[in-house]
Amino acid sequence: MIARWLSLRAGDWAPYALLPLLVLATLPVMSFSTWLTLTVAGFAMGMMLFLMAAGLTLIFGLMQVFTFAHGAFITLGAYLAVSVFGALAGWSSATSWALNLAVLAAALAVALLASGAAGYVFERLIIRRVYGAHLRQILITMGGLIIAEQLVVAIWGANPLPLPKPASFQGSLIIAGAAIEKYRLIAVVLGLAVYAGLHLLLNRTRVGLLVRAGVENIEMVEALGYRIRRLFIGVFVTGTALAGIGGVMWGLYQELVTRSIGSEMTILIFIILIIGGLGSIGGCFTAAILVGLVTNYVGFLAPKLALGSTILLMMLVLLWRPRGLFPVGAG
Amino acid sequence: MTNDILLELAGVHTHIGRYHILHGVDLAVRRGRLTMLLGRNGAGKTTTLRTIMGLWRRSAGEIRFDGAPIGALATPDIARLGIAYVPENMGIFAELTVRENLLLATGPEGFDEARLEAVLALFPALREKWNNPAGSLSGGQKQMLAISRAIIEERRLLIVDEPTKGLAPAVIQLLIDAFLRLKSTATTILLVEQNFHMARSVGDDVAVMDDGRIVHTGSMAALAADEALQQHLLGLSLASHQ
Repeated sequence: MIARWLSLRAGDWAPYALLPLLVLATLPVMSFSTWLTLTVAGFAMGMMLFLMAAGLTLIFGLMQVFTFAHGAFITLGAYLAVSVFGALAGWSSATSWALNLAVLAAALAVALLASGAAGYVFERLIIRRVYGAHLRQILITMGGLIIAEQLVVAIWGANPLPLPKPASFQGSLIIAGAAIEKYRLIAVVLGLAVYAGLHLLLNRTRVGLLVRAGVENIEMVEALGYRIRRLFIGVFVTGTALAGIGGVMWGLYQELVTRSIGSEMTILIFIILIIGGLGSIGGCFTAAILVGLVTNYVGFLAPKLALGSTILLMMLVLLWRPRGLFPVGAG
Repeated sequence: MTNDILLELAGVHTHIGRYHILHGVDLAVRRGRLTMLLGRNGAGKTTTLRTIMGLWRRSAGEIRFDGAPIGALATPDIARLGIAYVPENMGIFAELTVRENLLLATGPEGFDEARLEAVLALFPALREKWNNPAGSLSGGQKQMLAISRAIIEERRLLIVDEPTKGLAPAVIQLLIDAFLRLKSTATTILLVEQNFHMARSVGDDVAVMDDGRIVHTGSMAALAADEALQQHLLGLSLASHQ
């Protein structure tokens, strides 16, 4: 790791400096308590975006699959959270951290397994037939998204469903004069844990090594004797499972679940992938936090610009680094 | 003497899209020898290597490895027979460290320390860059890494596509020395090369391609000694490429 950092050229350090520079640059233009509130909110939003986007960056990077159906797995995760929280309503409404965390863990586990299983079926039935055919991928996955949304309506109904946060997650902590929502802290902790897990998986295991190599050059991985298609299935299932837990967290954040909760996030997720560099988990992590921070800072400082702030951010990043902040295989 | 032959192509045709690239390639690579595959640009050398590896599918003909047909196998299955391939672009994983690039080519048990030491003895520069991203290496070091990756495990056949392309003369000499040492271990090698100094230095056998066919086979020494044949087959003489 140290050798890797030392080998970076001067210009390569700049993307790493972007986050701290952004955070520090906004401090003089607002009160400290406002800055702290917005910064934590930005990090929390970034972590939830990372959960939803992390799998897709690997799917894009390794499998070169342009799937617009990713939002369906986010939606599935959110609706499963509604069902789990409904079934365990007593645990959720109790003013007990242990019970509240238990119901959250149950929802995350159900969403992880169900979204992963749905991802497996989707890959076997649909994706594997369109490897290498990008236009067909876009069309068939958009069709898949529409069908998935209609299935959601058939199972859970057409009306939006409430998904209130558990009792202990509601309200804020006052830290240094700033109101920090408890739920956002939980989102930050979960996002960091998932990032750490993915980082370890990708950097400390043979499977991770293969995924990183495959993102760069599938053909060479096959020429070394590895059957990459098996890896594709694993990556797709992991990606959809992560989208499912992202859906749980995003649904709880919104406290209202609609059938379009996932598809509404699709554009934002694509923006994150492009800013971070396709196939880069570190890039996805950084870009998600950047988008979260920029959305919150701009929403406070210039509300009229909030809607376009992420697109403006993407344009600026691409003008600076056309392949994103951390392009894979750039060396 | 069929059992002398490790790899054999018989009447191999390859189409890429609507282009007919290989027009019935007949080629035999003998065990324990270094076979040079020479030819002008566009003669079909790289296509031949990629067809052997299954990266492009043959449209007709037979490819046999150690007597068994491999033309219908997928690339990973061909590699698992003990065939290592170094493509023209080297196929280095730039984001991975030198160590990780080599580790990918080992079995589940990881490095054989003795073999790793022998490989690093061939290319000591890699030891100094062990934990650096491969993308930060020079062109010559990347080629050393690509060849090291191909030989980090015992292979039955080593296929290398233009290893000296774009490299400085000092690095080319290093590669020549490395191939000579590999030859001394009786490794079977099929080598595509445009650098005739290297071809003459390391080649045992030679096959010359033109327009998607093998137009000459024989010993490298005989070709190197026959300037008229060089002119006829390659359009130049080896003497002018020292």
